[in-house]
Amino acid sequence: MTTTLSAALPLTGRPLLVPYVTGGITADWTELLLACQDGGADAIEVGLPFSDPMLDGPTIQEASDRALARGATVESILADLAATPLRVPVVVMTYANIVLRIGLPALAAAGVSGLIVPDLPLEESAATEAAAAAAGIDLVLLAAPSTPDDRLREICARSRGFVYAISVMGTTGERARLADSAATLAARLKAVTDLPVLIGFGVSTPAQAVEAGRAGDGAVIASVLMRRVLDGATANELAADVAAYRTALDLGVSPGTPHAEISGHRG
Amino acid sequence: MTVVMREPTTDGRFGEYGGRYVPESLIPACLALEEAFREAWADPGFRQELDGYRRTYAGRPTALTAARNLSAELGITLLLKREDLAHTGSHKINNVLGQALLARRMGKTRLIAETGAGQHGVATATAAALFGLRATVYMGERDIERQALNVFRMHLLGAEVVPVTSGSRTLKDATNEAMRNWVSAVGDTHFCLGSVAGPHPYPWMVREFQRVIGEEARGQVAGELSTGVPDVVVACVGGGSNAAGTFAGFVDTTARLVGVEAAGGAAVSGGEPGVLHGSRSLVLQDRHGQVAEAQSIAAGLDYPGVGPEHAQLGGLGRATYVTVTDDEVLVAVRRLAEREGIICALESAHAVAWVLRAAGTVELPAGSTVLLTLSGRGDKDMGQLMEGLR
Repeated sequence: MTTTLSAALPLTGRPLLVPYVTGGITADWTELLLACQDGGADAIEVGLPFSDPMLDGPTIQEASDRALARGATVESILADLAATPLRVPVVVMTYANIVLRIGLPALAAAGVSGLIVPDLPLEESAATEAAAAAAGIDLVLLAAPSTPDDRLREICARSRGFVYAISVMGTTGERARLADSAATLAARLKAVTDLPVLIGFGVSTPAQAVEAGRAGDGAVIASVLMRRVLDGATANELAADVAAYRTALDLGVSPGTPHAEISGHRG
Repeated sequence: MTVVMREPTTDGRFGEYGGRYVPESLIPACLALEEAFREAWADPGFRQELDGYRRTYAGRPTALTAARNLSAELGITLLLKREDLAHTGSHKINNVLGQALLARRMGKTRLIAETGAGQHGVATATAAALFGLRATVYMGERDIERQALNVFRMHLLGAEVVPVTSGSRTLKDATNEAMRNWVSAVGDTHFCLGSVAGPHPYPWMVREFQRVIGEEARGQVAGELSTGVPDVVVACVGGGSNAAGTFAGFVDTTARLVGVEAAGGAAVSGGEPGVLHGSRSLVLQDRHGQVAEAQSIAAGLDYPGVGPEHAQLGGLGRATYVTVTDDEVLVAVRRLAEREGIICALESAHAVAWVLRAAGTVELPAGSTVLLTLSGRGDKDMGQLMEGLR
């Protein structure tokens, strides 16, 4: 089932939660997707492992290596995805080489709703934007703390589904605190877009997710969850982890806060 | 005919190859670097300063040596462009002096670099010492084992060497790690990329800094050959920087350009279009798009990608790319040493190996004149040679 990202990620003032799972990380990895859904995910980011993940830190590298070493392929992962009944939309995250090889129709056929390609900046993304639109997939663009204002506006104008705010100048990976650059970037983005702004890269605790939910519209939680899975966490344990983020996000920002008012203004 | 080896398009393309496939975080740094390079390259003061360091520090111009003994045996005229005689022992210093001066001009205080055989790492550590910059070199754990001498040289020059334990633990993974560090340190750090690979402007900028090889050789060869230009110009290709610099001096002549790849790392000969390390080029990969691990006796050629301009030159047929095996390379090292008294690097020996094989065949008929760029010296390879030639 394909759900559009914009329908699944409404801006109601309730912060959005997007957990990440590396495709094929375990034999029963699709159980982890169901666990994320049960834990209260609004959408799930699925990483298609790549041999050379330039923007990933040690945890996602290890998760990718493990998936590939298990014999997972992009094909097998998409087949698994197609066979998994999910209510929430799936956003695939992978690198340009994989996208150029498999093409957008293969993603659409697997029920994928959105796509994030970290090494496809504005200069290189036009063809993929067109192919994604034709396939009914939202191509989510990323903004970084180093992005100047004019590029930020163009990123927001061309991004679909949501805008991915890279919290920090660095790679993915667990961090002790949410970088100050996260809130700064989220505020700059929210000044120029009505799309949801999700903060990712290093959001590692429910408290940090609450911060991300206040600064933006929600958080992508990746490395910290994959660390748990790499260390042997079961699907039930992962569901509990995700639920803890859900609860914190729901309690951390209640209706009537300035965040909700801002959301209301945006209509 | 398409004009080649000039400036790439504004989006950094050489035909269908090249581009700038990097995270958004790095785009401002790539744009700033391009602007700084354009400015510096058009500035006679910068050129003059670089030229001064090339002459008084790097030992340029490097010699052109007529390999008379081998020539007689092979029935050809073989001329060697002696980059092995450049300071630090390879052509890598040409690029690094340019980038270090540029980094200083941009106010950067730290250089990072990826290295395979360690030659680029040593050159980077050298330039950092000279210009008072800090240096961190990323090197695959496997390469650290087989190139221990160069690791020690880098340490002696004051650089930090970071072992890379991911993936194949060679040049490909060292490059990933250098790019990751660059993202987090882009404020004060210049990524001193060692080959004609990576995102725009690197393939173009590094070729321009290496162009000195081809330009010097063009003039030197003219004095040796009645024809003015050789029939064939040959150089080894990993990422392809010494070949690009050499070819740039002869691309507008009738000379055939031949790039020699390692049989186990032949991206032009055996790769498919793909995106690796910031540019679209030819890449060794499986049908799922996972990048293959190259296998070569020469750490500097142990790379599954190639510079985008080589992919273009190969596609247009302006340059031909061939491969040689590890065994042929070992034979070539010994033969050049015994006949000419030159112990070249395993990487450079790939070019020699092709000449040995091709001489007297239709590929390189008797009487041919050949310019071969000997990209580096073999001191670093003694451990491997002691194993391989035992």
